[in-house]
Amino acid sequence: MGIADRLIEDVGLRRGVSRLTPEKIEKIVNAVITGETGARLKAYAETCVRCGLCAEACHFSLSHPGDPSYTPAGKVHQTMSVLLNKKGKVDPDFIYGMAQLAYTECNLCRRCVHYCPIGIDTGYIISTVRRICHKLGVTPQYIQDTAHSHSATFNQMWVKDDEWTDTLMWQEDEAREEFPGLRIPIDKEGADIYYSVIAPEPKFRTQLIYQAAAIMHMAGADWTMPSEPGWDNSDMCMFTGDFEMMGRLKRKHFESAQKLKVKRIVMGECGHAFRSIYDMGNRAVGWKMPPVPVIHSIAYFWELMTEGKIKLSKKYPGPVTVHDPCNVVRGQGLHEKLRELVNFLVEGGIVETASNREHNLCCTAGGGVINCGPPFKNVRVAGSKIKADELRATGVKTIVAPCHNCHGGLEDTVHSYKLGMEIKFLGDIIYECMEKPEV
Amino acid sequence: MHPPALWDWESGQRVVLASMERPENAAWVEEPHASPDGERVAVLASLEEGAFTALVNGEPWENTFDKAWNPRFSPDGRLTAIVQQDGMWTLAVDGEVWEENFDFLWGTQFSQEGNVIAACMQSGGQYGLCIDGAPWDTLYENANQCVLSADGKASAAVVQLASLKPADLDAFQGGVFGVAVNGQSWGKNFVNCWTPAFDAQGAKVATQVRTSLYDYTIAVDGQTWDENYTSVWEPRFNPATGKAVAPVRVKSAWGMAQDGQIIWEPKFCQCWQQVFSQDGKNIAAIVAPKFGAFTVAVNAKPWSVSFPVVTDLVIGREGERVAALGNNDNADWHVMVDGQTWAGSWDMAWKPVISALGGHVAVKVEKGKRQTLVVDGRTYGRDFDRLFEPTFSPDGNKLLIRAIDKGSFVRIVAEVGKV
Repeated sequence: MGIADRLIEDVGLRRGVSRLTPEKIEKIVNAVITGETGARLKAYAETCVRCGLCAEACHFSLSHPGDPSYTPAGKVHQTMSVLLNKKGKVDPDFIYGMAQLAYTECNLCRRCVHYCPIGIDTGYIISTVRRICHKLGVTPQYIQDTAHSHSATFNQMWVKDDEWTDTLMWQEDEAREEFPGLRIPIDKEGADIYYSVIAPEPKFRTQLIYQAAAIMHMAGADWTMPSEPGWDNSDMCMFTGDFEMMGRLKRKHFESAQKLKVKRIVMGECGHAFRSIYDMGNRAVGWKMPPVPVIHSIAYFWELMTEGKIKLSKKYPGPVTVHDPCNVVRGQGLHEKLRELVNFLVEGGIVETASNREHNLCCTAGGGVINCGPPFKNVRVAGSKIKADELRATGVKTIVAPCHNCHGGLEDTVHSYKLGMEIKFLGDIIYECMEKPEV
Repeated sequence: MHPPALWDWESGQRVVLASMERPENAAWVEEPHASPDGERVAVLASLEEGAFTALVNGEPWENTFDKAWNPRFSPDGRLTAIVQQDGMWTLAVDGEVWEENFDFLWGTQFSQEGNVIAACMQSGGQYGLCIDGAPWDTLYENANQCVLSADGKASAAVVQLASLKPADLDAFQGGVFGVAVNGQSWGKNFVNCWTPAFDAQGAKVATQVRTSLYDYTIAVDGQTWDENYTSVWEPRFNPATGKAVAPVRVKSAWGMAQDGQIIWEPKFCQCWQQVFSQDGKNIAAIVAPKFGAFTVAVNAKPWSVSFPVVTDLVIGREGERVAALGNNDNADWHVMVDGQTWAGSWDMAWKPVISALGGHVAVKVEKGKRQTLVVDGRTYGRDFDRLFEPTFSPDGNKLLIRAIDKGSFVRIVAEVGKV
């Protein structure tokens, strides 16, 4: 069994492959491998001993027991290993399957790094495969459209400049009904905090902007949001493999914050954006670390909690379970702060999933997989069976998931596996339970 | 009052507004803005009855509005704010609104002298710029990255020239974006256009373009350079020669190109934000000679000092001074001038200001929530609740300091040699 046995039609992949020739493939594959990789890829390729321990790491593998083609080593075996062994001499049909696997059957979650006895980062290898796919022009339709949006508008959902500011004002108006005097300060130079979000918030999750404004207001934060592009911290170009655009997006984001002379960036509850800002995008333009400190909402809310700036009128009824977003847990180790915060907010505490903290199972939406859209939804849901099993075993009704894409993925998992669970952002719970003014 | 030569340059301090306290009839007041000459200070205020207005030296505008945002003083000292009345937006200039209304208005811009005011507009789902209230004759499905020429006589934006169906990859990659100047499209479509910029005379426009997902170059008045690059950054025109200059990436290294020809060897990990002396002979840019270490290069030669982050590069008119800021982790800010780092470290620093004559450099800085100035490396003897950008007198001998001090807005003229 392998990817060739489960190909799915996608407009973007088919379109891209139709334009390929073996000569073009060979040229681009070797240009990327020789020009953009080095000892790291070579070491990974030469040291994997096919021990199979990574099979226990990957949720796709665990959800498809007995099928080695879903294991991390199996995925590399079907993609990068072929490119290396054949020195790029592969045909377009191979590229179709390689791209489908790389974009839809690996979430780049890096759980396998923990299980590999020699620390091979399969996420890096698959990212490099995606980079080759981008250069070949073979990318799934929906995530490529998102990358297009990033390039044209500097946000992932084609939000126009006026729509963004208008939405902030709309949410400010709404929130003032409940919190008299509340402001969403736009372009406030010198503020302590620049609050950044991802484009789904102004597009269809506006309540999250409302809630963030309410929390900032009640905490007495000195904060701002920019009126100009740069406000969206997300980055699907990182996942298509368009690293040039990834760098461009991060430059825009950080320069927007630098222009306002803020002290730090607090970002909403998003995992992949954290990866882009804290690790990949900033480094793509030469900054070793983020040029403006970036605080994920988990850490920010934890900070407000420890400083006594979140005052609760009630606790959220639990117990709950916690879903650890890969990019902030394996990316920065925020899992204990997340638990301290949830225990502060919730009555009844946390019932852990069998896999938790830095060993948490991915939601199966991350790494841009959910952004590949409807053609691959069933692949994604099938890959989350092990996650569904672990969630069901907790016996609780609420999942706390501080990440947008995790929400999207878990919603499909909860629905498909009939788990009957609700999914909450931290902001949802804080807003619901915090003290509010008498109006 | 304008120009700066007409400002009050008498040395000494004057209290312009004794109290910045919120008036009793205001639910809240927003952040203060100072006029360039320091004679007025303005805040937007939300009045108890629900309307917005501006308070200028404590006095409200005659008009009130449903909403107001983006207060800005023009270089010639007029206070502008984007205001909404009855659901429609327009611009208020010293309290008087433009005749035209728009569905939305944002991004106020001024000509160098301040005599022309422009803003981005949207009405009926059509986008463009409006200049002193008059929208472009031709509007577009989208327009962004709006820019005004120095004299305000020309304006440009990146515009969307054709509709895109949802997730239509072929249409997007075929190119639906271009640049419109004074509302008129170049007639050339690109995959992307970014950061259009005028030359000094407002006659030419250069922009970054992407002609495929992989090919980046510069277009001037619609004509692309012959060379493609793996990436480019913002083009700027040499003010003396009129040639377009832009950072370009060749393979994985950054250099500088002029009209398609390499003028700085591509050897940097990063290169951006180039600036020119008025005679065009000196070009400075922020560069990273190696990963994670940024500095400034002048005519391709990097300074020896480096920081993890460098920002706010400026160059004197004659090229006699080049200044920038370096920082560690957005704190521990330092001022660099001509390759030397001034003594002192700050929690935050703002863009250096170089005098038109005399080569003096002044920098607004902050430490422990108090703001002060550093001038030619010397720290001013006073600090303030808040400072605005300092301004040198035209002869470079004096410095206008606008500040909020103990709740008052003050205007100080100090002799540069005594700061």
